[in-house]
Amino acid sequence: MQKIGVFVCWCGSNIAATVDVSKVAGAVREEPDVVFASDYSYMCSEAGQLMIQNAIKEKGLTGIVVCSCSPRMHEATFRKAAQAAGLNPYMVEIANIREQCSWIHKDKEEGTKKAILLAKAAIAKVRFNEPLTSGETPVTKRALVIGGGIAGIQTALDIADAGFEVDIVEKSPTIGGKMAQLDKTFPTLDCAACILTPKMVDAAAHEKIRLFTYSEVEKVKGFVGNFTVDIRKKARSILEEKCTGCGACTEKCPSKKTGNEFNERLDNRTAIYIPFAQAIPNIPSIDREACIHFKTGKCGICQKTCGVGAIDFDQQDEMITRKYGAIVAATGFQPISLERFDEFQYSKSPDVITSLELERLMNAAGPTKGELIKPSNRKHPSDMVFVQCVGSRGESCREKSYCSKICCMYTAKHAMMIRDKYPDINVHVFYIDVRTPGKNFDEFYRRAVEDYGVDYRKGMVGKVMEQKDGKLLVQASDLLTGEQLLLHTDMVVLATAIEPDKSARPLATMLTASMDTNDFFTEAHPKLRPVESPTAGIFLSGTCQGPKDIPETVAQAGAAAAKVIGLLSRKKLLNNPQVAKAEERLCSGCSGCSKVCPYGAIDYEVREIWDHGVRKTRRIAVVNEAVCQGCGACTVTCPSGAMDLRGFTAKQIMAEVDAICR
Amino acid sequence: MVYSYYPGCTLKAKAKKLDRYARDCAQIFEIELEEIEDWQCCGGVYPGMADELATRLSPVRALREAGDKKQDLVTVCSACHHVLKRVNEDVKTSGEIRRKINAYLEPENGYEGETKVIHYLELLRDRIGFDRIREKVKQPLNGKKIAPYYGCLLLRPYEVMNFDDPENPSIMEEFLLAIGAKPVHYALKNECCGGYVTMEDEEFASKKSSSIMEAAMDRGAEGMITACPLCKYNLENGGLKDGIPVYYFTELFAEALGVKEQEEET
Amino acid sequence: MREEILWISGVNPLKCMKCGKCTASCPAFEKMEYHPHQFVEMVQNNHITPLLESESQYYCMSCLVCEERCPRGVKPQKLIEAVQVLKLRASEGNRLKPQDVANRLDPSLPQQALMAAFRKYSR
Repeated sequence: MQKIGVFVCWCGSNIAATVDVSKVAGAVREEPDVVFASDYSYMCSEAGQLMIQNAIKEKGLTGIVVCSCSPRMHEATFRKAAQAAGLNPYMVEIANIREQCSWIHKDKEEGTKKAILLAKAAIAKVRFNEPLTSGETPVTKRALVIGGGIAGIQTALDIADAGFEVDIVEKSPTIGGKMAQLDKTFPTLDCAACILTPKMVDAAAHEKIRLFTYSEVEKVKGFVGNFTVDIRKKARSILEEKCTGCGACTEKCPSKKTGNEFNERLDNRTAIYIPFAQAIPNIPSIDREACIHFKTGKCGICQKTCGVGAIDFDQQDEMITRKYGAIVAATGFQPISLERFDEFQYSKSPDVITSLELERLMNAAGPTKGELIKPSNRKHPSDMVFVQCVGSRGESCREKSYCSKICCMYTAKHAMMIRDKYPDINVHVFYIDVRTPGKNFDEFYRRAVEDYGVDYRKGMVGKVMEQKDGKLLVQASDLLTGEQLLLHTDMVVLATAIEPDKSARPLATMLTASMDTNDFFTEAHPKLRPVESPTAGIFLSGTCQGPKDIPETVAQAGAAAAKVIGLLSRKKLLNNPQVAKAEERLCSGCSGCSKVCPYGAIDYEVREIWDHGVRKTRRIAVVNEAVCQGCGACTVTCPSGAMDLRGFTAKQIMAEVDAICR
Repeated sequence: MVYSYYPGCTLKAKAKKLDRYARDCAQIFEIELEEIEDWQCCGGVYPGMADELATRLSPVRALREAGDKKQDLVTVCSACHHVLKRVNEDVKTSGEIRRKINAYLEPENGYEGETKVIHYLELLRDRIGFDRIREKVKQPLNGKKIAPYYGCLLLRPYEVMNFDDPENPSIMEEFLLAIGAKPVHYALKNECCGGYVTMEDEEFASKKSSSIMEAAMDRGAEGMITACPLCKYNLENGGLKDGIPVYYFTELFAEALGVKEQEEET
Repeated sequence: MREEILWISGVNPLKCMKCGKCTASCPAFEKMEYHPHQFVEMVQNNHITPLLESESQYYCMSCLVCEERCPRGVKPQKLIEAVQVLKLRASEGNRLKPQDVANRLDPSLPQQALMAAFRKYSR
């Protein structure tokens, strides 16, 4: 025998203005199983909640319906109130008569009729509610950060400082990422390496942080609080415990033809190499594709040179398996390929470069020791043109649709630095808009224009043509004067769009974390939950979630760390009990459900079941209740109806429909 | 292997060489270019407006004939290629144009854009292959420095023409390498020669063309190749003193394959 | 008239982000009074009469560099062609008449040139 209580909220005038709330309460009082119905001005207030709790206790209610605002607002509030009064929190149903009724209709009579129907539907549903209990899972007190750039390093440091163990997995031989390649950073123009390397050292020295460099994540299994990850530690061919980082091997290596990735291939490196002077760990790696020994069996000079016998040509990749409670994606970005943008002659002229290549040219540790010279003839340039938005903000198949966010600021930075160091060089910037929204950003750009005389032109470059005398002819438009300009310039710098690192998409598949069409990881809510993936236990840090500059990256890295700390500090995790479950007698093991599950929550096991008195062995779908988010995709897909969603069973939904249609 | 072939009006009159050599060279690779029986001039320019019907009819007639024979349609002239391919795309994508044209022409089998239009150079690259061509070359061009001139109509709009990268094309360079010449890169190889504007303002078109030829000469080119009779006319009409010769690409092809006969200028 | 131009050309001028790449690439810039980006802006703002009265349209070579390089898919050449077509349909005389080309008929002029010019400059 059920005893249902119905509570209709006025929500001040939000509901009461368009719905006659006392009429609603009166109408449902006569419904079968309803033993109590009332209305009140603010049901979510302390007084309102007390009213509910008293009714539960005095009338011995077995289920309640609250007709109020959206469940997204106060479902949790009313569940807690019910629980405090001794009623299972899942015996609570909400009828949304605000967002779905009073706020969208104007006619009171119609609104009231609709509210009554919604209330009746909720009553029909709650009749079939079952008391549910959240399951509990333990939490492994260790976090995994995938990516060792500034985002990954900052997140790891914050988590480690809170007392938890963190592993950083980084695919290149050193941590540091793109920030290590930068010269100066806006808007303060401090040296990137000077502010980054102390953090890199902290990360290496921290007792709670373990670095896995030259390593990649290969497999991820498990669920929030209980991930098991296989990491491939690639063979550097160096015995790390013996190596002292003296660098003698790199000086003697005869293979010098490989493009140096750290300098954007503007110069070459040896086959055995340390990426840059402040690399951490300060241990070389052998690039086996470039190494003469690995290709022909000869050479081996490095091994002979090494004073401590640290070179090991027979070293193999190592597979390591570790357990984690939380995983943070911090895989970063790369500039797009410019092969479809040859109106700028990037593939044909060495004097047409990307902004990242310019960073290396201007950096004192770069290929030209910080002297800005033309790559074609190593002479001093007298004129330079910057082109903005190359590959960004476009709709054609060669472009990205989004704005890459950092280019307006870094071009202003480049222009200003060049004018400061070499006042004889004329610098022109062709822009569509100048986007400088951060703190002190617009003032920074105005300094470039007003104090340093950078020539900003609103317009675009149409074509770049190489001239007989080695200079470049730039054909561009100035929309404010209405001219088509022909500039004789020495170098053209292209502000190239940025896109997520290539490793992001395969990683998203491994984590079952969602991604948008541009391969950026999607956040759980664009405004209110920017550092969490919708997949429980996965967090996002840095540009892998969207283009951003260093201040924003560091802020987001800290936010992700805070969320991880919150997760890891829990003794155990309570999961949402409104999850899917397969009725084993109906399940045929067809695998339809696991194929549509966006969270990878469904697995299969072979079980012995009693079916109509016969013992049978069948492959049955099993839902991992900690991972299941209750989306219901599996229930719709299931051809036999074996899969059902607790709290939203087929029976409950049909009862609601019947109540409305009656 | 037989392909339907659309020569276009100019190839039959003022640009006979472009046509003759194309067919002769195709024979070497056992390819027969079967001329469309009932073709008319394509119009020279693509009629871009949505309500134009009459100007789209002659391209569709040629396309339909090729479609009826279930053959791909090969073109040599850049302008014809551009018009035919784009009208074909219109029939494929615009329901209104497709209905109106079919209603007017009343073809036996309705035409819905099934025919594939390919340019002679695509035939060389995709159906024959430049390696096979290299093998058949009897008189390679001895590293002669030739600047390929693509012009506009083969390359743009890339979405429809799908011929080669519009800013960094390489099909003509590969062709030149296959026949033993040395391709010369210059930035203006895909800039407009002036096209039909020569009839409106001859001086301006000449200015455009002469800067293209000049850019090629600055890079050491000894000659240029093109696939379009109007481009050839404009480049030669550029008025440059000591300009370099402009060849149809099929002429150099025939020379390399050893099928070019000595003949008087028409 | 704006509606007719937009319909026959199929262009959506709202897509334009006013970057100026079309005008930067246009080989006919020096001969045009109104440039590709201005055609887009003026058609959008219904400022069409000056475009009709100007000679700019006749210098468009239909080279399609503006269409190819535009990051937003605006196709300015189609707008220029639409203005040209509407003007020719409305006017009584054609811009190019047979007697105008009499002196150009040298043996090397390909008929393709005549065909294309008459298609573009007369009804």
